[in-house]
Amino acid sequence: MKSTLLVGALLTAITTTGAFAQAIKLADVAELSGGGATVGTNWKNGIDLAIEEINAKGGVLGRKLEVTHADSQSNPGVARAQVQKALDAEPYVLLGPGYSGSVKVTAPLAAEAGIAQIMGGEAAELTQAGNKFLFRTSFGQQSSMPKVAKYIHDDMKAKSVAVVWVNNDFGRGGRDVVVKELERLGSKVVADLSTEAGQADFAADVGKIKAANPDAVFVYLNEEESARILKELKRQGVTAPLMGETTLIGQKVIELAGDAANGARGHVGLTTDAPVDLIKGFRDRFSKKYNYVPDHNGLKGYLAVYMVKATTEKMGKVDSKAFADTLHGLTIKAADEPGILMDVTFDQNGDIDRQSFLVEVVEGKQVVKQVLPKVK
Amino acid sequence: MSNLFDLLVAGLATGAIYALVAVGFTLLWQTSQTINFAQGEFVMLPAFLMLAAMHVGAPFWLAIILGILLSMLLLGLAFKMLLVDPMMRHGVLPLAIATMALAIGIKEAVKQFFSAEASPFPSIVPTGDISILGHAVSLQSIGVLVLAILAVFGLTALLNRTSLGHQMQAAAQNPTVARIIGVPVERMILLTFLINAFLVALASLLITPIYLAKFSSGEVLGQAAFIAAIVGGFNQVRGAIAGGLLIGVLDNLAAAYVSTQYRAAVPMIFLIVVILFRPQGLLGRAEERTV
Repeated sequence: MKSTLLVGALLTAITTTGAFAQAIKLADVAELSGGGATVGTNWKNGIDLAIEEINAKGGVLGRKLEVTHADSQSNPGVARAQVQKALDAEPYVLLGPGYSGSVKVTAPLAAEAGIAQIMGGEAAELTQAGNKFLFRTSFGQQSSMPKVAKYIHDDMKAKSVAVVWVNNDFGRGGRDVVVKELERLGSKVVADLSTEAGQADFAADVGKIKAANPDAVFVYLNEEESARILKELKRQGVTAPLMGETTLIGQKVIELAGDAANGARGHVGLTTDAPVDLIKGFRDRFSKKYNYVPDHNGLKGYLAVYMVKATTEKMGKVDSKAFADTLHGLTIKAADEPGILMDVTFDQNGDIDRQSFLVEVVEGKQVVKQVLPKVK
Repeated sequence: MSNLFDLLVAGLATGAIYALVAVGFTLLWQTSQTINFAQGEFVMLPAFLMLAAMHVGAPFWLAIILGILLSMLLLGLAFKMLLVDPMMRHGVLPLAIATMALAIGIKEAVKQFFSAEASPFPSIVPTGDISILGHAVSLQSIGVLVLAILAVFGLTALLNRTSLGHQMQAAAQNPTVARIIGVPVERMILLTFLINAFLVALASLLITPIYLAKFSSGEVLGQAAFIAAIVGGFNQVRGAIAGGLLIGVLDNLAAAYVSTQYRAAVPMIFLIVVILFRPQGLLGRAEERTV
């Protein structure tokens, strides 16, 4: 009797491990240390949370998901080496990196291997190089900047705008799109100021903004520099309304800039403060697991995994080669796949269309002022 | 024109902080031939010491006092006894390289024990504006400028008007003779290290609310102050003050009227010109050393 039980137990173990051995392997390369550590850690935690949830409900097509995390050290060179290493292990889908500069140098590798890459970068050019394997988790600048320009022109009624941007791939990409759109709509760019990444002193830049006396200021810098310029704008008494993107009104910026962040507005593709029940649920589960409130990068990582799930279930098979083709043109509805949080459509370039939010900082808190609908 | 006025005020405020740090450079050089390449990190660290004190519950004023005292202990006393004294006998260059290593060590330690991310830091000067000659000038700029000038005046008075200051000068100018006439040279050298630690802690207190507390924020400051000290004259306290103010103003004017991209290059170009045409610095004395 004992031996029968033992054999039974062994058999169960073998069959179960058998099913697990067929796990779907994902590879993640993210900014786990260095300047982008906040970005990468949120992204990674989002991925882990989604995988845990999916596996707890029986996996994808009955197979469990597995992920390996590698650290790009926020350095494009290291990212490239890590992505090559990850691709050599032939993952089903590649996740990350989060920095546009790192995505730019790794995307050709994934494309050459024919493996879909779901990443966090937002620079406009990433999806414009004809890469058939690259997918975003958030808006590219070509989707968000027209919304920003429209808001500055229509809602802020600004006839003249000062544009401050950071002189790297991210900043230049956003600046180019927003300036073009503003001029098309008839708002004049009266100051066009490039600044350096890591810049500490913004007195001269703000002096130039003051001299140009614009109706609105568009600020497109990384988080720390955003906080510094907000303080300097307040210090020099600039009263023109401030508009930006996620990086101007993020939680870290509010913490660093304090009072100076109040009144700043920004277009946000993803925010954990969105008035959407599914996002609130995500935020609660994430906060419970990791003991902190995630930023939009946590959402991106989470969505990346649910993109894998929805696409695979749509195909009805685990097929790495057909994955990218299936995701192109796919609309995933939150009603069918709650993990995707909001209805989303992917176009032929891997860009997304989704509703977004207009946020204002009120007394140190992000307040969603408007929900901007999907474009199509 | 109003723009120029604002730029000058902002430049002078930043320059005054560079001056505090640059004065420290010259003090250490004069008394002990130490070129401290960790001077920028010395400015970064006190802010984190103050933040740590606040983190364990100390009110801001107490955190400032603790931060300054700890800085004098670590960046003054310990720096001299554990690094400068043992390295000094091997010459100026090994010591300079040791301070570079120290700079990396401090940066990495702060990154490890605090965070790689920037933290906010409270300002001792209230925010707001006052009107000067019809221009709105921020209280923060004025406060920084006034405090830095007071510190520099205090130091100059100490050096020129007190017996202690005269002894320090004697120790710096000719240690052998100073010893013969009974000046406690070693104690005077230690005193300059403590004064340097006090000045960097003050600079940290003034600049961190604007630059934010971050492990890497000393790099820019250290470089600017080093340039300021050379431009002004490495062997003169008044040279370092003038150099600091000049570099602060020049940096802001360059960003406004030359180009933001090349702002960092302008002080460097100025440095090269000074070294070519007046190697002892604008206010420095030509110096000859026995080998």
